[in-house]
Order: sequence, then C-alpha cells, then structure tokens
Amino acid sequence: MSRVTRFAARDPGPAARLAGFVAHLRAHGFRLGVAETETALRALAIVGSPDVEVVRLALKAVCCGSIVDAARFDSLFDSFWRNAGRVRQKVMPAAPKAPPAHTRSSRTADSPPSGGGGAPDAPEGPGGESEAGGEGRMVASTVTNLMKKDLRELVSPEDIREGEAVARRLGAAIRDRRSRRRHAARKGALIDLRRTLRHSLATGGEPLRLARRARPDRPVKIVALCDVSGSMTLYARPFLAFLAGLMRADDAADAYLFHTRLVRITEALRDDDPFRALNRITLLADGFGGGSKIGEAIDQFARGQARRFVNGRTVVMILSDGYDSAPAPVIDAALTRLRKRGCRILWLNPLKGWAGYAPVAACMAAALPHLDLFAPAATLADLAALDRELVRI
Amino acid sequence: MPRHAMTGWETLADELAGQGYVASADLAMALHIAISLGRPILLEGAAGVGKTEVARALAAVRGCDLIRLQCYEGLDAAQAIYEWNYQKQLLAIRASAEAGETGRAVETRIFSEEFLLERPLLRAIRQPQSPVLLIDEIDRADEEFEAYLLEVLSDFQITVPELGTIRAVSRPVVVLTANGTRDLSDALRRRCIYAHVDYPDRETELAILKARLPAIEQAFARQIVAFVQALRKEDLEKKPGVAEMLDFAAALAGLGVNDLTGDPALLQATLATLLKTQSDRAMVPTELAQRLAGKAA
Repeated sequence: MSRVTRFAARDPGPAARLAGFVAHLRAHGFRLGVAETETALRALAIVGSPDVEVVRLALKAVCCGSIVDAARFDSLFDSFWRNAGRVRQKVMPAAPKAPPAHTRSSRTADSPPSGGGGAPDAPEGPGGESEAGGEGRMVASTVTNLMKKDLRELVSPEDIREGEAVARRLGAAIRDRRSRRRHAARKGALIDLRRTLRHSLATGGEPLRLARRARPDRPVKIVALCDVSGSMTLYARPFLAFLAGLMRADDAADAYLFHTRLVRITEALRDDDPFRALNRITLLADGFGGGSKIGEAIDQFARGQARRFVNGRTVVMILSDGYDSAPAPVIDAALTRLRKRGCRILWLNPLKGWAGYAPVAACMAAALPHLDLFAPAATLADLAALDRELVRI
Repeated sequence: MPRHAMTGWETLADELAGQGYVASADLAMALHIAISLGRPILLEGAAGVGKTEVARALAAVRGCDLIRLQCYEGLDAAQAIYEWNYQKQLLAIRASAEAGETGRAVETRIFSEEFLLERPLLRAIRQPQSPVLLIDEIDRADEEFEAYLLEVLSDFQITVPELGTIRAVSRPVVVLTANGTRDLSDALRRRCIYAHVDYPDRETELAILKARLPAIEQAFARQIVAFVQALRKEDLEKKPGVAEMLDFAAALAGLGVNDLTGDPALLQATLATLLKTQSDRAMVPTELAQRLAGKAA
C-alpha cells in the first residue's frame, strides 16, 4: 500500500489541498471549474469519512465527466494524495509553464533524432526557392519542411472564382437537409393546433385561419481539412482554390490545412482581397510541402476545434492522399473520436481516380470503415461532379 | 460485513441489493452524492449493463414513482414538457358559444389546468412526493433539447406562457443515461454527477443472477456467469449485457438444464438469448461455445 502524501507545514488547509487536487486534475485534461471544487468539498462533507477509498469514490463521482476521465482518475488520485510519503511542497498550483512560443520542429521528445536530414533551419542557398518549388516526393520525412512556398504563385484569382462556383454548388447539394422538428410556417403539411386555436378565439371558436407547421431546412456546415504535405503538392492548386471559394461562398464553413501540424485558415481566407488571403495563409502554413501526420492532425482536430465547431449537422471533408507515416491505429482512433461528434465524414482522395488504385496505404485502409463517402477528386471539375454523390450522404 | 457502522452510501447499496440491483461501489457512491446534493446523475456505459434498471431500483428503494422520458431525435417541448388538449379546447369553445359565454371567460377557461396535458418533465416536478425522473438515452435527443433540459435541471421550473411559471413542488431525483451515440455537451456533463457503468465482474454478476433467479443452483450459476464473461471477451459486434445473461439463465432453467456442456445443440439454440446479430451467431460456432462452456465448468 502506498503511503499518503505528506504536505508541507505551511500549506493553508484541506480546502486548499482539494483546490490543488482539482487543479492537478485540470492540468491533466479534466474539464473542471471552480464550481466543481465546491461540489467536491460538499460531497466530502456528505460522506464524512476519513477512509481513503471512500474519499476516492466520492471525488471520482464528482470530478469525472466521461469514460476517459473515469479510467484515468485512480492513478491521478494516487499521484496526488498517496505520493509514497513524499512532501508536496506547494499545494496551490504554480502558473503553468508556457510552452515554447513557437516550436519549429515536428519531432516529439521521444522520437529519434533524424539522421542526415539536414538541419531543419538550414539557411536557404541562392537556389533555395527553386529547390523547394520542385514537385512533391512521396516519402515520409521526419523533418518539417520550413522552406516557404508562396501560395500566390500556385493559385490565381481566376482559380478562386472557379472554386467559389464549385463550392456553392456542393454547398447547395449538402444543404438540402430537413430538420425533424417542426416550426410554424405559412405553408406546411401539418396543422399547428396550438396557434389555430389561438386564432379561432378571434372568430368565436370557428377555426377559420389554419396555422401550419413544417419541417424547416437546417443548414449543414462544411468543415474542410486539406492535406498540404509534399505528396499533395500537385493537387494543392485546385484544393486551395476550392477552399478559398468555399470560404467566400459560405459563411458557416470552416477550413484547415494540415501537414505535420493543423492550422485553422478560416479567418485568413475570409480576407476581402483574395490575393491577400493567400498571402496570409502562406505566412500561417510554413511547412507546406513537407511530411504529413494525418492521424495526428485529425486527432488534434477532433480533440480541439471539433468540440466547438462540429456537431450532428456538419460534414467534415478531408482532402488527402492518405499517405501517412504514422501507424494505422492512430488514424483509426482519431476518426472514431471525430465520428463521436455525430458528423458525416467525406474523404476526397486525388489518387483514387488513378487506374488500379486500391486503398492499400495502411492509413487509408484504417480510415475507410469510418467514412460516409470515399471519392476521387483531383481537379476542380472532379469536385464539381461530386454534387450528385453528396445529395445521398 | 463492514467493521464500522454503515454509512450513507453503503446503506444505499444495501437497499438497492434488496431490490435485486447489485451496484458497484463507484455507482452507489455517485448515487448517494447525487441524491444528497440534489444533482442529476449521468450514467454512461454500453447497452445492457443495467443503466435504466438503476432508476427502477432507486424508485423502489425510495418507494416513489418512476417517471420515464425516452429521448429520440426530434423530441420537442410538446412531447417532453406539456401540450394543450386541443380537441377538448375546441369542444369547450363550441359549447361555450352556445351557452353565450364571453370571449374573455372562455379564454381563461380553456387555458387552465383542466386542459393541460402533462408530459414527463412537467409531471416530474409536480409530484407531491419527489419521484425518480429517468431521462433515458439523452444522447439520442438533439442539442436543442439538451440545452432546454439544462434549464429545467438547474431551476426546476417550467414556464407555460398561458399559465405562468410552474415551480417544482418537490425536486425529482434525476437519472440520465447515455451510451455514447454522440458526445454530450460539457455544460450538461458539468451539471451532473457522473458514474460509468461497466459490465459487472464475475462476483457481482453472480450476485445479480442469484438475486434475480434464486432457484438456480450455485454451481450452475457459476458456470453460466463464467460462460457469459468468457463470451464477452470474444470479438463480438454486440456484447451480451446483464439482461441477456438473465434471459439466458432463465431460458436454461426453463428447459430444465443444469449443465452447459450436457447438450451442445440445446446450448447453441439458447445462445439466441445472448447473441443478437447474424454475424455474432456466426462468430460462435458449436465448437467455440463448447470450448467456452467446458472452461466455465
């Protein structure tokens, strides 16, 4: 049995210790506020037992909010309260250490150092720009490509206009989805008895004016995640034009780029000047044309932005070739998590149009069971042709 | 038996057991805290682990009514809270026109309690004795309803425009269940005390079986539970829950069987109570079922 943590003599008392514990949980990703601390204190007062196991059960009921939390709670509890007799110096949490302002390396702490890949921030030679402008290589690289690529060279304003037309067309195809709730309407299939009756009072109980209810259209939101890794460079042009067009055509839509990181480009793309919009993305998306971590990017999206922007009325569109260096379970777990939001997921793969293509890449194969639609798309015309498929999902 | 006097949550666990519900320590504690603090409790877990049954047992322990609201997509206020009885209202208007009542008088009359149809949420807050309100499968309802529910659960009052605000006579014990069809909003999770209900372990499941079907012999009960537990470890689409296990045991008892390994064909036939999809049936051929039963014996 592990021994109970000893607290420093100067700490301010049990309430503060509990606040410290809640902060400890919060630091480990629990979503707890001040109100939970108060509830936890009251819960302890109710159980009124000094027994560690009882306290553990009580705090578990109050602090956990999901299966994931419940599974992690016990070890976090032990690490705080039963820290093998070690003295915990500060009960109240120190301000969290800010992460390094901008990490330029995609390597995580435990990944091996990349051998022979060159320093990630090697100075560009005189020919640096042209080297970076080459076509994408289909190799996974562990070093983030930091050489900037100017997107303005890639996408012209005409492309954006064309992309906008395509986006409108697709949006219209997806959007036509009706709610199951009914609201008051001028024309509708059902009679709204409540309002009819109200009106009838004016005509002496004679229901002359029939009020009706109908199922209103419910806008479906499009969220696009576009892969801009090296292997996708060839297709970046139509896809970026499409994204830029989408942002202009649809106020509710959301767009992200990912390579080794995930970047939200919605605001940048909504810039009034399409040319300046691309310029802003260029600044945001350094690393363009490098390696890709699809699973990680989708996971990051599902844990972060998706919690706010994705719900049952969202279509998530992933534009990627599915070449990822990460093992298949990563993408499997990420898409499972994303699916939990209740959204539909489309995957548009430029390679699918090739003769003899089969989704054998581990990442693509793992993703398939989670997709509502897996379709080829390599050009704007291909995207435009998707509208018939989209009506069905 | 615990050494010390039984505390609140242990008493509750004991009382639930008296109603045939064997609760884990996690669950009993969460229920006890939720009831003491007057908070709703959110139970999450796979289908068939007995989430709904908790509410039923709790109502029996407290000797109060169980009011159930089954959620579905498109559930709206008229189904969940209240609705006016329009047919009756129309008739009343006609009748009063003949009697020569004034418009004002008719209006007050047809928008009175007499014409109000209570739906589960309204009924729950108007009971003289606080009932157990079960909001089943909240993740099936849409987000609008979830948001509305938050309001009801924090204030325990409902506003009917024609009648005014109706305050809770007694606070119901609210039990919400979810099985992960979609993520619930953080706001709802934060209002609730949370308990994750898992498949019971071997001893708990045995206790459940004995509580529900006391006629089954101890050795055979052990065998059934071990068999079902082993079956859950197989790669099945839909794992058999506690209710399925009880059906299975009842079916075997009804057939007069008292050994799983005795008759392979009979075991295979009774598996229909445990495996509910075609592919799961195909996953457990006679040989596998016999092997699992042999190990369980």
